[in-house]
Amino acid sequence: MQLDPVLQAIDIPQDGDGPVFEEPWQAQAFAMTVKLNEAGQFSWSEWADVFGAEISADTASGQGVGNTAYYLCWLSALEKIVAQKNLLTAEQLSTRKAEWREASEHTPHGQPIDIHKSRK
Amino acid sequence: MASNHKHDDPLPDTVLRVKSLESLLIEKGLVEAEALDALIDRYENKVGPKNGAKVVARAWVDAAFRERLLADTTSAVAEFGYTGAQGEELVAVENTDKIHNVVVCTLCSCYPWPVLGLPPVWYKSAPYRARVVREPRKVLEEFGTFLPDDMEVRVWDSTAETRYLVIPKRPEGTDGMDEEALARLVNRDSMIGTREADRPAMAEGA
Repeated sequence: MQLDPVLQAIDIPQDGDGPVFEEPWQAQAFAMTVKLNEAGQFSWSEWADVFGAEISADTASGQGVGNTAYYLCWLSALEKIVAQKNLLTAEQLSTRKAEWREASEHTPHGQPIDIHKSRK
Repeated sequence: MASNHKHDDPLPDTVLRVKSLESLLIEKGLVEAEALDALIDRYENKVGPKNGAKVVARAWVDAAFRERLLADTTSAVAEFGYTGAQGEELVAVENTDKIHNVVVCTLCSCYPWPVLGLPPVWYKSAPYRARVVREPRKVLEEFGTFLPDDMEVRVWDSTAETRYLVIPKRPEGTDGMDEEALARLVNRDSMIGTREADRPAMAEGA
């Protein structure tokens, strides 16, 4: 599959068929980033600065360069850029993560997970 | 109804981070859930339902493979080169004249992605997750799947460790068809259990 022209400029793992995702969360992180860019929340050059810094730090610390390491950098960059652009704060993210964790640990079998129940 | 697996293990940290971003961005109206899913559908083409369809078609034509698949699904599927993350067990459940299987993840959206790709929007929705356990026949009817009254319906609850793949019944009128043609009859929803495999005429029209 052909990438959109704007996406050809960003270097994502891909083969002849298009982007390669090893796990769903990688595709989800990728999709959120593309949609925020399309909505004008940040430009690809702004993204490249933040993402590039993550990759450099990762490489300097001797982390792997595989697909998973790549998308872990991607995810860290996405968390940083949404904070930089005042879309979400780091605190909101960590609170929400704790809620998801709490809900996933305590949701009884057969009940759909609902983090809103625990937020009064 | 069989729901044999507990859902006690927390989700991996990375998945929690992604879910947190996604749910907050959606709540704030910064991204739309449907738009994310549409984009993922478009780009996610390395693993997809066609992997599962090949597995099902092989099971339909090759009795020895079918036995291996039912006995040890993870290993049988690995014969095709489809493997997931470590610690994930895949379990194939076979539809018969007496039993219809349907899969859900009541907690979130655990899904056999090495064979089916990413889950559809409805699979992740709270109504499906809650209702398919309570009233599976009614939910299946909404998918256009009407089961005889004497058919037993088994609902399987996926977890981070155990994912289910439904082997739909081979449709009537497919006796002379080869594996490749059969695989085209195996739609994604039939491997989740909400629909049946396509009849040959339906696939030609599609």
